[in-house]
Amino acid sequence: MTTLDSGVDSLADVTSSEDRLRRFLLGLPGVDQVGAEARAATLGTRSIKTTAKAYALDLAISMIDLTTLEGQDTPGKIRALCAKAKRPDPADPTAPQVAAVCVYPDLVATAKHELKGSGISVASVATAFPSGRSSLAIKVQDTKDAVAAGADDVDMVIDRGAFLSGRYGLVFDEITAIREAAGDAHLKVILETGELVTYDNVRRASWLAMLAGADFIKTSTGKVSPAATLPVTLVMLEAVRDYHEATGLHIGVKPAGGIRTAKDAIKYLVTVNETAGPDWLDPELFRFGASSLLNDLLMQRTKLATGNYPGPDYFTLD
Amino acid sequence: MSRFEYAPAPESRAIVDIKSSYGLFINGQFTDATDGKPFKTVSPASEEVLAEVSEAGPADVDKAVRAARKAFEKVWGPMSGKDRAKYLFRIARLIQERSRELAVLESLDNGKPIRESRDVDIPLVAAHFFYYAGWADKLEYAGVGDDPQPWGVAGQVIPWNFPMLMLAWKIAPALAAGNTVVLKPAETTPLTALAFAEICQQADLPPGVVNIVTGAGRTGQALVEHEGVDKVAFTGSTEVGRAIAKSVAGTHKAVTLELGGKAANIVFEDAPIDQTIEGIVNGIFFNQGHVCCAGSRLLVQESVYDEVLARLKRRMGTLRVGDPLDKNTDIGAINSAAQLAKIRELSQIGEDEGAERWSPECELPAHGYWFPPTVFTGVSQAHRIAREEIFGPVLSVLTFRTPQEAVEKANNTPFGLSAGIWTDKGSRILWMANQLRAGVVWANTFNRFDPTSPFGGYKESGYGREGGRHGLEAYLAH
Repeated sequence: MTTLDSGVDSLADVTSSEDRLRRFLLGLPGVDQVGAEARAATLGTRSIKTTAKAYALDLAISMIDLTTLEGQDTPGKIRALCAKAKRPDPADPTAPQVAAVCVYPDLVATAKHELKGSGISVASVATAFPSGRSSLAIKVQDTKDAVAAGADDVDMVIDRGAFLSGRYGLVFDEITAIREAAGDAHLKVILETGELVTYDNVRRASWLAMLAGADFIKTSTGKVSPAATLPVTLVMLEAVRDYHEATGLHIGVKPAGGIRTAKDAIKYLVTVNETAGPDWLDPELFRFGASSLLNDLLMQRTKLATGNYPGPDYFTLD
Repeated sequence: MSRFEYAPAPESRAIVDIKSSYGLFINGQFTDATDGKPFKTVSPASEEVLAEVSEAGPADVDKAVRAARKAFEKVWGPMSGKDRAKYLFRIARLIQERSRELAVLESLDNGKPIRESRDVDIPLVAAHFFYYAGWADKLEYAGVGDDPQPWGVAGQVIPWNFPMLMLAWKIAPALAAGNTVVLKPAETTPLTALAFAEICQQADLPPGVVNIVTGAGRTGQALVEHEGVDKVAFTGSTEVGRAIAKSVAGTHKAVTLELGGKAANIVFEDAPIDQTIEGIVNGIFFNQGHVCCAGSRLLVQESVYDEVLARLKRRMGTLRVGDPLDKNTDIGAINSAAQLAKIRELSQIGEDEGAERWSPECELPAHGYWFPPTVFTGVSQAHRIAREEIFGPVLSVLTFRTPQEAVEKANNTPFGLSAGIWTDKGSRILWMANQLRAGVVWANTFNRFDPTSPFGGYKESGYGREGGRHGLEAYLAH
C-alpha cells in the first residue's frame, strides 16, 4: 500500500506540469457506463426500514445544504430559510439542524447574521456562478467578497469549456487561485457533470479538483439538467475513496439538484456507505444540495415516529 | 455517530401457500404417484421442511409420457401456431401477475436471495415465455426450413440452481414449436415447477401438454430412457450429461445437453476497474456461484494483479450473506447439504494443494447450509480448484502476461461454456472473442441473460443452444 507521504509526493509530481497532469488524468482507469449505471441501480434496491430508516432520515437532514439561488431572492427569504435551517420541523424540536445554508454572495451577510451561534455554516456560490464565464480576476474578487461577508464554504464552478477542450492546466490553475482566495473557507468545486456528460470526464474532473485543493467535489449547480444522478455520485465517491487510499486525505462529496424525496436521499446514503465507506456518512464529508428534499425527509420522519403522514401544510415552505 | 446498520427487511412469506404434500402433475391433474416413495423438500436457509413431494417411478413416468403423446397427437400438434401463442402469452402474463409469490417460493426452496429471484429469475422467466410465444406462429421464418415440424414429446430434466428459469428455457421453446413436454425438476427444488403446473391449469392449457414429474436421478433416468420420448433436453452436471448421451445413443431421440463450466473471467490492465470488480463479484458470487457459466477462474494481467485483488477483497467485505428472504441479502444459502459438502471438500483440496484461501469476516447463520464468499490466490493451472467445477462461491485467481497467454489459459479446460473479457480496447475484445473456445463470451459484463440470445457450450459443456432463434431449432425436426 502507498504510504501517505509517498502518495502525496507522487501526486504533487503529477501536477508539476500541464503535460504531466494531462497524462495522469487521461491515464485514469475508464468508467464503463453500463456497469456503473447497473451498480447504482442495484444499490438503489437496498431496502432501508425501521431503525435504519430513522437513522438515515436524520443523517440526511443533517447533511443538507439548504439552498436558494434565485434572482428573486430577498433578505426576507433568506431569514425565513435560516429559521428553517435552525429548526426544520416547527412541530418537533428533535429534528436535527441542517448543515448549511447556501446563497449568492450578496446575501451571505444576511444569512451569517441569522445563523450566528447556531453552528450552521453559510455557503456561498462564487466564481460567476452558474456558468463560470468570466475573467479569473472577477472570479477571485467574487470569492473574496463572499469570504469577506462571512462565508464558511465557497461553492465554485469549474470552467467547463476549458475542461472539455482539454485545457486541464487552466482549470487546475483557476481552482488553485480560488483556493487561495477562499482562505480558510471550505472549498467545494462544482464539476457541473450534466455538461461533462461522460463518466470518464466526471472521474477526471473529480481528480483534477482534488489535486487542485478542493475540500469537496460537487456534482452540479442545479441550473443545468441533468443535475445530480446516482451513477455520477457513485463515480465521484469512487474517486474520493481512491484519493484517500493514495493520500490519506478525506475529500467530501456533494450531489446537488434533483434530489427531492427521502427515498432518493436514502439511495445516496446507501451508495456512500457501500462505496466510500461509513467514514463518509458525516456532514463533514457528504452533503445534499437541496431545498424541497428537506420537507419530504421531515414528513417521512414524522410518519415513522407517529404512523401518520401529516399534510404538506404542516411543513413550512422555506 | 453510529454506523448505518441496515435493519432486517424480510420479504413476507404470507404470499405463498405451500401445501403439505404434492402429487405429480400428469394430464392436467395432480395425481398420486403409483410406485415411488414421497420425499421432503427443505429450505436450505433453515433446514425447515417445506413440503412432501411425490417421487415418480417408471410407471408414473410412463403415464406422463403417454399423456404427453396423446396431447401432442390430438390437441397441441394439430393446433395452429397462433392458438399455441395465445396459451403461451397467457402463461407469461400469469407468471408476471404471480411474480412476487414465485420469487418468494423460489428463494425459500432454493436459498437464493430474494433480490435475485425478484429482479433476475422471475422477470426472465416471463420474458422467455413472451419471447417464444411470439415465435409460435412464425416457425417457417426461424431459418430451419420452410416447413419445420415439432419432434413430438420432449423429456426435460432441469437442475436446482435456477429452478423456474431452467423450466422456462425448456418449456417455452418446446411448446412454441408444437411439442408437448414431460419435465422433471430437481429433487431439492420442485416447488416452483409445481406452482407452474397450477399456472398451466389457470391458463386452461389442454391436459397433457405440460406434465411435471418430481423425483431424483431414478425418475430422470426413467424419463430420458422412455421409448415414447422423442427429444431429450438436459441441464446439469457433465457426469450425468455423459450418462444421458450414452443412453440415447443409437436411439431415435434428439438430444441437447447444457452441462458444467469453468469459465475464465479475463481482466486486462486497461479494464474499467470499478466495473470490473463488480463483474468479478457478479461472475462468481451471483446465485452463490451455483451457475454453470460462473466466472470461477479469474485471469488477471500481472501488471494490475495487486490492485485488482485489493479492490476485490474490499468489495467482498461489503457482501451481505444471510437470510435469502431479506431484501438486502447479496449471498444466500447453499442449496443442499450435499452441495455444501462438495464445496468444502474442493476448498480443502485447494488449501492442501498450496493455494491461499481468503474470505471476508462474515457471520454465518447457525442453521442451514452456508459457505462464505471465498477467493483463492496462488492458484496454478494444475490445481484441482482451477480445473474442476466447484459450483459454489469460490473464486480461483490466476495471472497472465500477454493476451496470447490469457487465451491459452482460458481455453486450457475440458469445459467451454462461457468467458468474460474486461478491457477498454474494442479491437482486443473482438480478437479475444474469436480465440476463446466458449459458447458465450461477455465483454465488460458477466452473467447477463436475455431470451433473444442463444446460450450453450463447447466441448464438455454440452451441445445445442437454448434461447433465441437457435433455441427454437433444438425443438424442431428439420
